[in-house]
Amino acid sequence: MSEPATLHHNHRDDTASKLGMWLFIFTELLLFGGLFVVYSVYRYLHSQAFHLAARELDVFTGTLNTVILLVSSMTVAMSTTAIRKKDKRTTLLLIAVTLVLAAVFLVNKYFEWGGKISHGLYPGSSILDELGKGDTLFFGLYFFMTGLHALHIIVGMVVLGFMFVFVWKDKITHDNFQQLENGGLYWHLVDVIWIFLFPLFYLIT
Amino acid sequence: MTASPEKKSYKSFLEEDGGRKGIFKWILSTDHKRIGLLYLYSMMAWFIIGVTLGLLMKLELIAPGETLMGPQSYNATFTVHGVIMIFLIVIPGLPAVFGNFMLPIQIGARDVAFPRLNLLSWYIYVLGSILVIASLFGNGAPDTGWTFYAPYSFRTGTNMLPAALGAFVLGFSSILTGLNFIVTIHRMRAPGMTWLKMPLFPWTLYGTAWIQLLATPIVGITLLMVAGERILNIGFFDPAKGGDPILYQHLFWIYSHPAVYIMILPAMGAVSEIIPTFARKTIFGYRAIVISTLAIAFVGYFVWGHHMFTAGMSGTALFAFSILTFLVAIPSAVKVFNWIATMHKGSIFTEVPFQWAASFIFVFMVGGLTGLVLGALATNVHVHDTHFVVAHFHFIVFGGTGFAFFGALHYWFPKIFGRMYDRSWAQTGWIFFFLGFLTLYGPMFYLGIKGMPRRYFDYLEEFHGGNIISSLGALVMVTGFVIILINLVKSARHGEKAPANPWGGTNLEWRIPSPPPVENFEEIPVIDKATYKFD
Amino acid sequence: MPDSTHHTVPYRTYALILVLLLVLTGISVAVTQIELTKWSTLVALLLAGIKTSLVMAIFMHLKFDQRIFRVMAILIILLLGVVMVVTFLDYLFR
Repeated sequence: MSEPATLHHNHRDDTASKLGMWLFIFTELLLFGGLFVVYSVYRYLHSQAFHLAARELDVFTGTLNTVILLVSSMTVAMSTTAIRKKDKRTTLLLIAVTLVLAAVFLVNKYFEWGGKISHGLYPGSSILDELGKGDTLFFGLYFFMTGLHALHIIVGMVVLGFMFVFVWKDKITHDNFQQLENGGLYWHLVDVIWIFLFPLFYLIT
Repeated sequence: MTASPEKKSYKSFLEEDGGRKGIFKWILSTDHKRIGLLYLYSMMAWFIIGVTLGLLMKLELIAPGETLMGPQSYNATFTVHGVIMIFLIVIPGLPAVFGNFMLPIQIGARDVAFPRLNLLSWYIYVLGSILVIASLFGNGAPDTGWTFYAPYSFRTGTNMLPAALGAFVLGFSSILTGLNFIVTIHRMRAPGMTWLKMPLFPWTLYGTAWIQLLATPIVGITLLMVAGERILNIGFFDPAKGGDPILYQHLFWIYSHPAVYIMILPAMGAVSEIIPTFARKTIFGYRAIVISTLAIAFVGYFVWGHHMFTAGMSGTALFAFSILTFLVAIPSAVKVFNWIATMHKGSIFTEVPFQWAASFIFVFMVGGLTGLVLGALATNVHVHDTHFVVAHFHFIVFGGTGFAFFGALHYWFPKIFGRMYDRSWAQTGWIFFFLGFLTLYGPMFYLGIKGMPRRYFDYLEEFHGGNIISSLGALVMVTGFVIILINLVKSARHGEKAPANPWGGTNLEWRIPSPPPVENFEEIPVIDKATYKFD
Repeated sequence: MPDSTHHTVPYRTYALILVLLLVLTGISVAVTQIELTKWSTLVALLLAGIKTSLVMAIFMHLKFDQRIFRVMAILIILLLGVVMVVTFLDYLFR
């Protein structure tokens, strides 16, 4: 990238498109980065309460969701190999598997959230007020961060849904697949964030 | 490469309508030049409102006691004035208007990397401004100040949620513009234009774009958290629930201090364009300016705590933030020395853009040096939250960015519209504006040191004299603004035709006809020499 | 403009990385279940860091892309780290 490119502006520039995607990913990292700062500060200030509150979360569900996201990350990465190999069928299959896994993740999350809420553990609840400041902050952060992450999962699903249609309609092909790569990059970002959310909320007991 | 401006054999971007009519020529066009002007017009409309609110405050303060409005209206006025001026005008400011217009031309490209995304940014900007406006209706305009400090921001009964969400949405617009510029600069420079042959305005836009990209998400998430506080009552910043209001201040300033560099860096870039042109001399220390630009962008990211010296941070943090603040003054001073050295022994001719640039240097120096007073821990405690602070940041943000904006406007006006403005009126406007500005904000330093706090509609009798002078200054400055505005609006339609290169500038924008053709360049130029070389 | 990064990664590489990621996940769950107190946090975060590097290097193709992408990614992560440290200058010393 050291030499400037000569490009007519309706010419396709895959590197520019990828660079744009990466820059967007950086902003997303910083967005969650702000939340990680908040998490660290409150964990530092209320370490004992965070320690105890984390036990309320089910490690098994968390691990399951981690496995689901890791596998989905692999399938979407593989789809970019499949498209390069001109294998449209496999590409579509891999994207579809990713979408299904994402949906399973959300269903899991739904039941997990539902369980917490039915136990009265939700922002602003009277039970949390009784439990104390550390628990209030822990569950506030838990809902806010996993909620924002779930929102990103949904956005990622919409993006990958479009990719599926584009591959189907041959708008994404073996010599024009930067969009699919970018969609994949976004999905990996969602995965990376979960890789940190998982230990921070479920494992640190 | 050099198109002859005399014989008009091209179609300018103002004539090309893309088969659309009326306003659709503008709001559906992905031409970076039209988008730049869309920003210019929307921003000017907001600026008029912001100035009016500012003037109302000065009129309120012309005498102690309630003159025009009571405390609640005054609180709402300074909040809305701040939100409009910061989020709608100075942050997008130069990048959105002149960056959009000039960046592709200065680096020899036909457009930005993602033209449709560019138009989308403008729509997001409009959406954000509608939200800000919406906050004015309903339960009463927000009264938190533009900083939305917790815990008051989620306890106030006023309509602060739309204003905060508006700022969040405007952040998106800013991020997308920054993203677009970085990719454009990386990928679309003309052949031969290595990084160190790039003009300085694109360089400062590059530094700015990185801050936009990396700092804005932090305020985005912070404002979302405040929204969460208000809607869901989570308790992130509520001391009653264990939250820490100072953490809100940390997060807010992690963005909002770098935001000051979003405002000032492109302003410095514009001044670095104007000064060599009117001194007929290559810019002094090109590399030093480039390095100081990047240094400001980088160090500026870590000085946010100097807004919180009296908030209750640890001594260690106070010490670190104070040192870092002093550090950031170095690259700023490097730039000032470079501009002055550029003028030294140059053959200066004082056209209106140069006058703006020279007055920029003056007010920027006053603002910068008083910044050191605020950066020092001991003096900060004395003048914190007084009119001294108000004066300081208006000297930087308004005197710096605002003066550079008007300078850039007068500098590139003939290029943008293909017409020249009335120079004597422009000069009259500048004189009124400059003198009015100094009279308006100068006394505030004095009032602040004497102890007059900011953000009150009322004050003690002993502050009366200074406030009268200040309010009169406001009237003079607004007079200047009106003169400038009328002159420019009239000239854009009826001014005499401008040549391709009225100032004798050397960069690419002066080698194409005025107004620029739709595609900017018939043929993409090849760059073989350093920038700012006068023959 | 031909993109120099049209490098086809074999399916096997991805599968291998997945196995590695799953093993690392298993280790971090196991390690935190036996209470190492202070150290469990550190170990869990360290493992998360390794997992992230794997995802970014292979799945996100940073290993095969032009250097500029790697440089940017590393600088951004460092930036986040420095912001964290500077913020804690306040909280650690209050």
